[in-house]
Amino acid sequence: MKCDICGKNDATIHLTEVVNDQVTKLHICEECAKQKSDEMQSHFGLTDLLSGLVEGGDMSGSGGGVPSMTEAKCPTCGSTYQDFQKSGRIGCGRCYSVFSKSLSTLLRKIHGSDKHVGKMPVTGKSGIKKQEDLNRLKTELKQLVTAEEFEKAALLRDRIKEMEDSARDK
Amino acid sequence: MKRGSMKFSEMVASPTGWLKVKGPKDNIVLSTRVRIARNLKNRVYVDRSGEGEREEALKYAMSGIKKSGALQDALYLFLKDLDDLDKSFLVERHLMSRDHLEDTSYKGVIVGGDETCSIMVNEEDHLRIQVLLSGFDIMRAWEKVDEIENKISKVLEFDYSPRFGYLTSCPTNTGTGLRASCMLHLSALVMTGQIENVFDGISKLGMTIRGFYGEGTEAIGDFFQISNQVALGHSEMDILDNLERIIGKVIDREEETRRNMLSTKKGEISDRVGRSMETLRTAKIITSSETVKLLSTVRLGIDMGIVKDVSLAEANEMLLLSQPAHLQKSGGNKVLPYERDIKRADFIRHKLGAA
Repeated sequence: MKCDICGKNDATIHLTEVVNDQVTKLHICEECAKQKSDEMQSHFGLTDLLSGLVEGGDMSGSGGGVPSMTEAKCPTCGSTYQDFQKSGRIGCGRCYSVFSKSLSTLLRKIHGSDKHVGKMPVTGKSGIKKQEDLNRLKTELKQLVTAEEFEKAALLRDRIKEMEDSARDK
Repeated sequence: MKRGSMKFSEMVASPTGWLKVKGPKDNIVLSTRVRIARNLKNRVYVDRSGEGEREEALKYAMSGIKKSGALQDALYLFLKDLDDLDKSFLVERHLMSRDHLEDTSYKGVIVGGDETCSIMVNEEDHLRIQVLLSGFDIMRAWEKVDEIENKISKVLEFDYSPRFGYLTSCPTNTGTGLRASCMLHLSALVMTGQIENVFDGISKLGMTIRGFYGEGTEAIGDFFQISNQVALGHSEMDILDNLERIIGKVIDREEETRRNMLSTKKGEISDRVGRSMETLRTAKIITSSETVKLLSTVRLGIDMGIVKDVSLAEANEMLLLSQPAHLQKSGGNKVLPYERDIKRADFIRHKLGAA
């Protein structure tokens, strides 16, 4: 059998692909396989992708292209949005508030969201207590799921979510 | 750094923590890594800070972590005190990143006693906390990282915004600061060309896959790393659960393909494995990349029951200890690349009992 791609060499690699119940068979030689695999390997670096997003145009302004935004400077570290565009690195925590509109758009492009829903810091004694309560409830939730007590688990899950939301809104 | 060098010599002689123990699915998954990025509250980030700020952040973080007692029997290393070989050695053991080798004046790394946990200080973010475990063990790695971070956060406060979550230097980490990855050995998928589908599928699902050895150019030895890409808008559990499911599917496919190959192509594979073993047993000069390629085939042979006198643990150990800095550390001195290739061949022949 000859290679499906070059038609010259003998096919030694036989590929069967099933996409939506559609079966495709491909018979190729080692050389073409290697070439195909090389093509797959050449991928973008993260910085390339990032700068692509940043250069996207609508990143420069506060949404409506207000020029003052591009000139704004972070009072803590002195970074401008252009500094970030150049380095791909944010200067400090304050930059996140100073450039919040532009960064929101960028974060949505990267992550599909600009709203954090994960772990949060615990501060002060009451905070630590709350976090410990939460951890305990989460363990309980796991046990309920393992025990297939799904109704109880659903109630507990809602309670955990409420606790997390109230802590986050503070 | 007297104490440091003493511990270093202890590290040299043995395989690192995550290689010592048997992990789940370790015929296919070599290791699982989970790391989180954190920055010290109200301090300028590393990339933007001057020397003074970096030095201060380094001291503050190192002593804060020590005070928290988050890592047991830990080694607190300031990179400026280490020579190049020691630093490469830490990179080869995956205790710190290659990026951490650049401009090391104000950088640190803390290594937990069993080498499964390490914390880089002043890499891209002030803190990078990581746990590395053997095999496919994402949730356990996360639980350990979470626990360490909880302890440290009782002493050090981190930059956090209710809206964006944990604030990081690179916006790809903002939110959870979480990156989890597994190193997979996918020989059967490479041999049958299915790896292309895996690459395609993984990237469509918001994950990243890349070659592990020979990074950036071409994957050497069929080792691949799969990791999450999204860090914001999903909880840590969701991100990890998603990654675990996807990697689970890749493992299933690799296992199934290995079984199929064993019934349809056993002769061909036995030949390939046998010749790889023979080369490793007889070579007098061998490069790092050839070693990785041959050991990859041998690992496959072990899992398929073709190689019986070498264990997976021994193959993994050879992968680790035959790397350049490890070879030189164990020999006690720096040698030229050519001499290194001779030393590597000696080491492997000795390990395979073929001296």
